[in-house]
Amino acid sequence: MLKKLRKVFKSISDSYIWKSVFRHDYRDTSRNRILQIMSNVFLHLHPARIPAHAVKIRFTWCMGGITFLMFLVTAVTGVILMFYYRPVGEYAYADMKYLMFDVPFGPLLRNMHRWAAHGMVITVWLHVLRVFMTGSYKSPREFNWVVGVVLLVLTLFLSFTGYLLPWDQLSVWAVTVGSNMARATPFFGSEGPFNPLTGVTARYDARSALLGGTLVGPPSLLRFYVLHCIAVPLIASILMAVHFWRVRKDGGISGPL
Amino acid sequence: MESKTTDQVSKSDGATLWTRRKFLSYTGWIGFFTILGVWSIALLRYMFPRVLFEPSPIFKAGTPADYSVGDVSEKFKETQRVWILRDENGIYALLARCTHLGCTPRWLPAENKFKCPCHGSGFTKEGLNFEGPAPRPLERLKIYMGEEGQLIVDKSKKYLYEKNEWNLEGSFLELKA
Repeated sequence: MLKKLRKVFKSISDSYIWKSVFRHDYRDTSRNRILQIMSNVFLHLHPARIPAHAVKIRFTWCMGGITFLMFLVTAVTGVILMFYYRPVGEYAYADMKYLMFDVPFGPLLRNMHRWAAHGMVITVWLHVLRVFMTGSYKSPREFNWVVGVVLLVLTLFLSFTGYLLPWDQLSVWAVTVGSNMARATPFFGSEGPFNPLTGVTARYDARSALLGGTLVGPPSLLRFYVLHCIAVPLIASILMAVHFWRVRKDGGISGPL
Repeated sequence: MESKTTDQVSKSDGATLWTRRKFLSYTGWIGFFTILGVWSIALLRYMFPRVLFEPSPIFKAGTPADYSVGDVSEKFKETQRVWILRDENGIYALLARCTHLGCTPRWLPAENKFKCPCHGSGFTKEGLNFEGPAPRPLERLKIYMGEEGQLIVDKSKKYLYEKNEWNLEGSFLELKA
């Protein structure tokens, strides 16, 4: 019986279609291992071989990778949540309630999204701490540190924009306070230093660009939604590609001296 | 093996300023960056809509007869965040926003001052900050007389004491009692 099954499987795996998808088999030779990794777009992000120090968790903490995992979880759960959420003042809060009470697994998805988001912020700070403490920002990794700082700011901005979306009291006031800070920006804020030089007013300044108006209202909700779901994830993805690429090119993950 | 590029050839015999190749290259890149620049400016302007669907900052505040000298009216505090005050010289409007971090202060008639509940900033009846962390006096708003003799307040026009704007037209409506 088993022999017959094995024969069937062999005929499938020897077929033209199968081989076009799965290029290499699982023979455990050094050459085959490398071929499998190099020919896979997802796997080849990692080097074909890693040095022993790369798995020294005491040193690396693995926080960079975990941050990326958190990002993937928030992205996937976020997309799924988008099936029910409308970024319109009239519907936003109701849709959130709908997800929490009337959608099967709605609470699970929303909570996963929130936990992963908070987790990402925590792990990204731990990652920053680790990189700093191990001196892994030093030559030749200086540029990657800068890219990393930009990614950190984008992560925090993702949290900020996402917080408005439930459209409850906590959201609106938190964003009011945060966006009031934009009003105090030098040059570009209507109440900041040097503002007469650029001619910004309360109607046209950094804060009103962010809010789409002079107060936190439906235009702000839509704007924050687009920033949260499209603009910032796109930019962050591009920068993450650069960030991971630089890790590889600068000699792989840093290790103890 | 010294073959010169087209650029070098033209330079050496001085026949032209630029080669055709260089000219096209410059034109192309300048065109590219010009278009990029123009698109960036357009994108920036795109972020500021011409029409906002927000409540109008202008509201009617009754007539001067509704306010007696020495009054601090809280009639529009809840709905518009504005105090209307009248002294011997006339009427002015103060924005009920603490200049420290934006909370709404309270008027305490017994102590003749505005007091902010958040961090204790204190303002005089005129709106001058005299205690607490408030860095600036309260802001005055444009107030003027309408055609039918009613008071009109425009919250989008502010007058700041520290910029000597309390002398300006609109910050104060002169009325003989």
